Amino acid sequence: MRIGIDVGGTNTDAVLMDGTKVISSTKSPTTQNVSEGITKALKTIIEATQLDVSKLDGVMIGTTHFTNAVVERRRLTPTACIRLGLPATVCLPPMVDWPDDLAETIGRNYYLAHGGHEFDGREISAFDPDEIRGIAEQIKAKGLNAIAISSVFSPVNAVFEEKTAEIVKEVIPDANITLSSTIGRIGLLERENAAIMNACLRELAVKTVSGFKQALRDMNITAPFFISQNDGTLMNADFAADYPVLTFASGPTNSMRGAAFLSGLKDAIVVDVGGTTTDVGVLQQGFPRVAAMAVDIGGVRTNFRMPDTLSIGLGGGSLVEAEPLKVGPQSVGYELITKAKVFGGDTLTTTDIIVAAGHEDIGDKSKVSDVDAVFAKAVEDRIEEMVNVAVDRMKTSATAMPVIVVGGGSILIQRKVEGASEMIKPEHFAVANAIGAAIAQVGGETDRIFALAEMSREEALEQAKREATERAVSAGAKAETVEIVDVEEVPLAYLPGNATRIMVKAVGDLAGA
Amino acid sequence: MRLLSEEAIEDIALGAAVLGTGGGGDPYIGKVMAREAVRTYGPVELYTLDELDDDDLIVPAAGMGAPVVLVEKLPAGDDMIRAFEALGKYMGKTPKATMSIEAGGLNSIMPMYVAARLRLPMIDADGMGRAFPEIQMTLFTAHGITATPFAMSDERGNTILMETINNKWTETFARTLVVHMGAMSMIALYSATVKEIKKAGIPGTISLAEKIGQSIRQARLEEESPVAALCKSVGAFLLFKGKLTDVNRRVKGGWNLGEAKLEGFDEYGGASHTLHFQNENLAFSKAGEYLVTAPDLITVLDVDTAEPITTEHLRYGMRVAVIGLPCHPAWREPKALELVHPRVFGYDIDYVPVEERYG
Repeated sequence: MRIGIDVGGTNTDAVLMDGTKVISSTKSPTTQNVSEGITKALKTIIEATQLDVSKLDGVMIGTTHFTNAVVERRRLTPTACIRLGLPATVCLPPMVDWPDDLAETIGRNYYLAHGGHEFDGREISAFDPDEIRGIAEQIKAKGLNAIAISSVFSPVNAVFEEKTAEIVKEVIPDANITLSSTIGRIGLLERENAAIMNACLRELAVKTVSGFKQALRDMNITAPFFISQNDGTLMNADFAADYPVLTFASGPTNSMRGAAFLSGLKDAIVVDVGGTTTDVGVLQQGFPRVAAMAVDIGGVRTNFRMPDTLSIGLGGGSLVEAEPLKVGPQSVGYELITKAKVFGGDTLTTTDIIVAAGHEDIGDKSKVSDVDAVFAKAVEDRIEEMVNVAVDRMKTSATAMPVIVVGGGSILIQRKVEGASEMIKPEHFAVANAIGAAIAQVGGETDRIFALAEMSREEALEQAKREATERAVSAGAKAETVEIVDVEEVPLAYLPGNATRIMVKAVGDLAGA
Repeated sequence: MRLLSEEAIEDIALGAAVLGTGGGGDPYIGKVMAREAVRTYGPVELYTLDELDDDDLIVPAAGMGAPVVLVEKLPAGDDMIRAFEALGKYMGKTPKATMSIEAGGLNSIMPMYVAARLRLPMIDADGMGRAFPEIQMTLFTAHGITATPFAMSDERGNTILMETINNKWTETFARTLVVHMGAMSMIALYSATVKEIKKAGIPGTISLAEKIGQSIRQARLEEESPVAALCKSVGAFLLFKGKLTDVNRRVKGGWNLGEAKLEGFDEYGGASHTLHFQNENLAFSKAGEYLVTAPDLITVLDVDTAEPITTEHLRYGMRVAVIGLPCHPAWREPKALELVHPRVFGYDIDYVPVEERYG
């Protein structure tokens, strides 16, 4: 059995699952101290099911805690960055395009050194251990121990980053080091940005993960626990303490993976209705379609593979106004349970309209008996139109596709969406994100440039697939379950010699669960 | 003369991506490079051709190589200056200004680095009014200006100077050499007097890029349609709105070739069109019939934000607007057209200006 927990900005959701069966679920407000909220959710689940915790195989947690720390510029550790690539890269130093407030919070402590590789694996310049030792001494003198290391084309060859880390460790034994090659993809600034963000979050991550561990211990849970990553796969707790940056945007991914699981569908549109927004995404082969563009997090450019979702200002707490008719984007959000009319408040929300129209019986329906039926219908028409447009925008062809509706605000979707082959509102729709965390798999990725003069395209693809598979297995996947879920090939333009960039992602089931 | 603000550089980068017609690299790196150079060395002074003497020497500067490499092996800065100064030294003359050979993509911005660091004027003009994949594909070539003497430098400090019999040979040799330089180099070429550029270049293209960028930014702020605002500001035609339903790529001799299929929506619902690209977007067709081709500009934009999408970033499922912009009239003269005619790119059709079908 597994417990999946999703710690969102508003709610902490938890589910207990036995294989593919949902045994129990709970939703409670997220607390200031994240661990307390988790303890509370665990307690509720365990008490409700009389669970023997020794039967648990794993606990999976999805959290926005680290994203929020960057967005709020809080609890970040001052960090140094060493980049290897001289004499290249000088005119764009590390953190060059960061917002000033964030850069100042962690300090612009960066150092450029020789090293780095070309796209085809040649060295840009020789690695100089003395140069690195000198830099490490300077970092030590500043009293910094959070350190990010990047090197040009380290996705092709990471050896210079690794050698640098060894030397830094000799000079600063308690250094907390993040190598860009372990996190990101091709794109030096974006990968380095991710490495620096990771380094400045490490201290918080260690604390948070040990808080999670404590919460589990308090419940006498000895099963291993995992944290979900932005691509919907899992990392074990110790790995998460080392790579907090990989949790960014895991929320929408979990909710879409949960929707896929609950509906049994691999290709579908997912409409996730929350309190304030509705996120529409597309499932392809059971995974969210990823956005192609660079993604800003807290104002910093990254190249994480984020799910491609369209967010519209429509949720269960959206404000409804007459003359002119207006639905959202303002929302009462988490105050729905005090401010909405059916809950005794004085704000007319979309939830009130759905109750007034007689679709649902929530709170006190007599409080909305004065809502005009014609007006309620007009609001419903507007909601339908908003959802139809959003779904159509995310669809990839005119062919009808199944639409899966999940999230706490799902009651808003009462009508069939245009272009939907069927509408599915699975059981436990409100906690799809926690389910997505509970059922998550383990993955591995590779992103490299291959020179097709040296090998055929087929050989290059094979090699990339093999590398991704090996990474999935070393991350904890059961070898026999690993599948290749994504292959992307981009030839290098304006370059003779037929080089091509190949990105492959592999995932498999968690070993021992 | 006017000084380019950081905001102007942002606008130019965005507009240049539109003029890049899907190629020319993502101007993000160039934009940050120019901004940092301005912060370190002082503002870029943008001059019109009339503000300089006819005999003044202009040396254009550019980057050459694979855009995918540039996002990893960022420029040194010194490499750019080295190529620029090597050319002046070889010619025994002092350049009075620099300019862009290609207003589309990254190369619209690269000369700003040289201008800021060497405190030289940058000219508001270029040699294409868009992006093209090869060195000889400029209006300079059509007017007999030679790409050589040509200087190319890498970050290590290597500099190669070249004299060739024509601009196509410059392209051939340089393309081979750039691989040895790690697929990215900085170049200086097409040196010419102000008088020659007045005849052969396209004036005002940096300002044009800025105007495009501005129109998109303004529309986004005012929550109006940025695509419509862009079309209106420069007289572009909306060709299609659709979803990318299939992207087919192959690589051939350094070309990123392919087609993208689009299924229409909104007023284009039910229709399907095909975009043909070879590094840049070169043709747009419906059921085998070519509707728009190079040298007119074909740009793919995100339908909501008007963010230009390069051919490398085209992905299944994107929702895009495709716009067509008439190329500069000089491209339609016989000597210029033969450099960039649809047949040069393998489309065996006559060139029909975009406004004749959509105007």
